[in-house]
Amino acid sequence: MKSGKFWAWVVFIVGAAYFFIPLMATVEFSLRMRRGVHSFDAYQIVLGDARFQSTFLYSVIAAVFTIILGVLIVVPAAYWIRLRLPQLRPIVEFITLLPLVIPAIVIVFGYIRMYGSNSPLPFLGSNMGANALLVIGYATLALPYMYRAVDTGLRTIDVRTLTEAAQILGAGWGTIIGRVILPNVLIAVLSGAFLTFAIVIGEFTMASLLNRPAFGPYLQNIGANRAYEPAALAIIAFAITWGCMSLIQILSRFAPKSANRPN
Amino acid sequence: MTDLTLSNQAVATKPAPPNEATTFRFPMQWVGVAPFFIFVLMFLILPTIYLVLGAFQTGDGQLTLDNILQLVSDPSISASYWVSIKISFWSAIIGAFAGLAIAIAIVRGGLPNWTRSATLTFSGVASNFAGLPLAFAFLATLGRVGIVTTLLRDVLNVNIYAMGFNFLTTSGLIAVYLFFQIPLMVVIIVPAIDGLKKEWGEAAATLGATQSQYWRMVVIPVLWPSFLGTVILLFANSFGAIATAYAFAGPALNIVPIKLYSQINGDVLHNPQLGYAIAFGMIVITGLANVFYIWFRTRSERWLK
Repeated sequence: MKSGKFWAWVVFIVGAAYFFIPLMATVEFSLRMRRGVHSFDAYQIVLGDARFQSTFLYSVIAAVFTIILGVLIVVPAAYWIRLRLPQLRPIVEFITLLPLVIPAIVIVFGYIRMYGSNSPLPFLGSNMGANALLVIGYATLALPYMYRAVDTGLRTIDVRTLTEAAQILGAGWGTIIGRVILPNVLIAVLSGAFLTFAIVIGEFTMASLLNRPAFGPYLQNIGANRAYEPAALAIIAFAITWGCMSLIQILSRFAPKSANRPN
Repeated sequence: MTDLTLSNQAVATKPAPPNEATTFRFPMQWVGVAPFFIFVLMFLILPTIYLVLGAFQTGDGQLTLDNILQLVSDPSISASYWVSIKISFWSAIIGAFAGLAIAIAIVRGGLPNWTRSATLTFSGVASNFAGLPLAFAFLATLGRVGIVTTLLRDVLNVNIYAMGFNFLTTSGLIAVYLFFQIPLMVVIIVPAIDGLKKEWGEAAATLGATQSQYWRMVVIPVLWPSFLGTVILLFANSFGAIATAYAFAGPALNIVPIKLYSQINGDVLHNPQLGYAIAFGMIVITGLANVFYIWFRTRSERWLK
């Protein structure tokens, strides 16, 4: 038992070293822009860069639309599958796993060829269309996470009883989903939303191939041309990811534990 | 779970509402799932099928196997597949075992409680910290003027680049990919280890099993389907990854996703149909992995109920 504990410490410390050395080195590197002293110059230059601001804003807006689109697609589907169509569950679970398996670059390649400017549905013929296609692509990438988050949320509430109670009180389907089900799974939906945000914000492949002015292609451009700014951007990106994950953890404390919890 | 079929459902709800409501409600549930199915059909299934069909056609639409055959006969394409498979395979295997070791250490190793929550929190972040920023972090660490590189050179007199270290080698990329592969394994496998019931250990002990027998005959058989399933997920995860490698070398690096990226951007292979074939090859490889994944996942869920 004692040697077990010793090896557990060894594994933990070696693992911690592998993960923390690159992060600490990146912080150190990002502070070295001014010769001889530590300074936040790299951060100042990055944050003050107009292209940083515009591409970051673009990606934030794309992420928000991605989340809205994802909720509109996933919540009604997950609700009805739980309530009335359990026989569809295996099919839907299979489909929502597909984006983990079909690489993003293949999906976006399909879009470029199917929805080009000469196609019957010319998404890529206009600027807004290309923006929409990027949001659609991101919603596809986020589908596995969004579906699982919402489905887990629905598992913890008694969908059937809530629906019947709402029906008895005379609610229509829109009211049931919008005012009964959605508030009850809001925390799960928000978890999915923050995870979506973390995935989407620095995404490179889709944004670059659809030629959108997003944060990912900007990162690539800076990475190829600058020395210290990329390190600062890596730290900023890590902080954003960390923030999203912390929000999910905080939210999970407010989530209901099970359908039958005593009140 | 109540597993009501549609006909049962109709019978069960018959007495309560008037008949018109039942006939109205029936299509309603299909209306609810329709956006989902239309969306995945238009933006996931059909684009994929479009590429697969394109892989078997010539430029003017005739059926051919030439594109597929060229994947094998063109040495630079087959080499890129080979490199990608090697990187994905080894980063999945090493990541899986390292992740498993960390998971066992924090769940069963008798470490203080904070190590568990700290590791899980960090793993959630690191498994999503991929792409360009990850490459930047490693360049700042082990790049030619990286902190660790210069530290090793100045303090220990070790020049890792003279020793042949390079991010653009297979082992260099594997080392970087492990930064998101290991945490992903930890995130997925810790719940599986938590799912090992205490009673199983007690039952084994009651029957006189030693600790090693308990691990060999109970723990490993229960864990290994979800372990293997995760290995396959890790494989697919790194097989499609492009941004990290692209940040190291731009289009110069010969792995499949970068090859496809260059082909989409500028038809570098001088045959538009060949892009479809490369995409098709990627789908086949990750698709095979997916079949295994689902198979193992259903097996492991049966145990962990």
